[in-house]
Amino acid sequence: MNTVFYISAGVAIVSTFLVITRRNAVHALLYLIVSLLSVALIFFALGAPFIAALEVIIYAGAIMVLFVFVIMMLNLGPQAVEQESRWLSPGIWVGPTILALILIIELLYTLTLEGNQRVGISNIEPKQVGIVLFGPYLLGVELASMVLLAGLVGAYHLGHRDQTKRSRGL
Amino acid sequence: MASVPIAHGLLLAGVLFVLGLVGILVRRNIIFILMSIEIMLNAAGLAFVVAGARWGQPDGQVMFLFILTMAAAEVSVGLALVLQLYHRFKTLDADAISTLRG
Repeated sequence: MNTVFYISAGVAIVSTFLVITRRNAVHALLYLIVSLLSVALIFFALGAPFIAALEVIIYAGAIMVLFVFVIMMLNLGPQAVEQESRWLSPGIWVGPTILALILIIELLYTLTLEGNQRVGISNIEPKQVGIVLFGPYLLGVELASMVLLAGLVGAYHLGHRDQTKRSRGL
Repeated sequence: MASVPIAHGLLLAGVLFVLGLVGILVRRNIIFILMSIEIMLNAAGLAFVVAGARWGQPDGQVMFLFILTMAAAEVSVGLALVLQLYHRFKTLDADAISTLRG
């Protein structure tokens, strides 16, 4: 199982790097789906099978599919790929990469100060997660449902195309 | 199950988060910015699950569930905004939405 973790971690890092460097939006989305699936494998290796299933079903299966549908609706065409090639000059990567390397070095230093415990020794069953959700985290579940309601109403209202000439704006 | 040092799990979460951060800073297309935000949220959730697995408690998975819920709501509203942006400005350039300036 350790090799599963390390191989999936490598796939996740490579595919995430490919997401941010692609010119075609659909290619980047497909690499992002690969990254999410590898993170789901990592969750399964760490003893969290419930969250591994949820990652595949909800994140890769619903949210990314929503992205794909919106990109298909926008109907961009090949000039979008040329525009991305114009925007992605090699010089713009320097600043963010330096900042990112500084953050990673800081994180490495902080992690060396920690103890060297091992993770993922025990399997946490979905039943335990369910009991905790109905117990201490009940208020969080109710608030999450309100967030989803707000997202639903907001997305409907913002996505509604006003057919009359006099548009009231957003 | 695996027995991975916690430092490796948190380092993976940090590397994924930083890759998403670089994606937000570099890209101009708003779809790519939203994708990079999703990468960052996923990396933060990975850190939570690793922390929960270290203590053997389901609290990390519960936190990831809430992050997932919030990411779903945010993506739906964000993509509806992207549709409005494309409808009004005919471009996906994040720098084109500057009509409030001046």
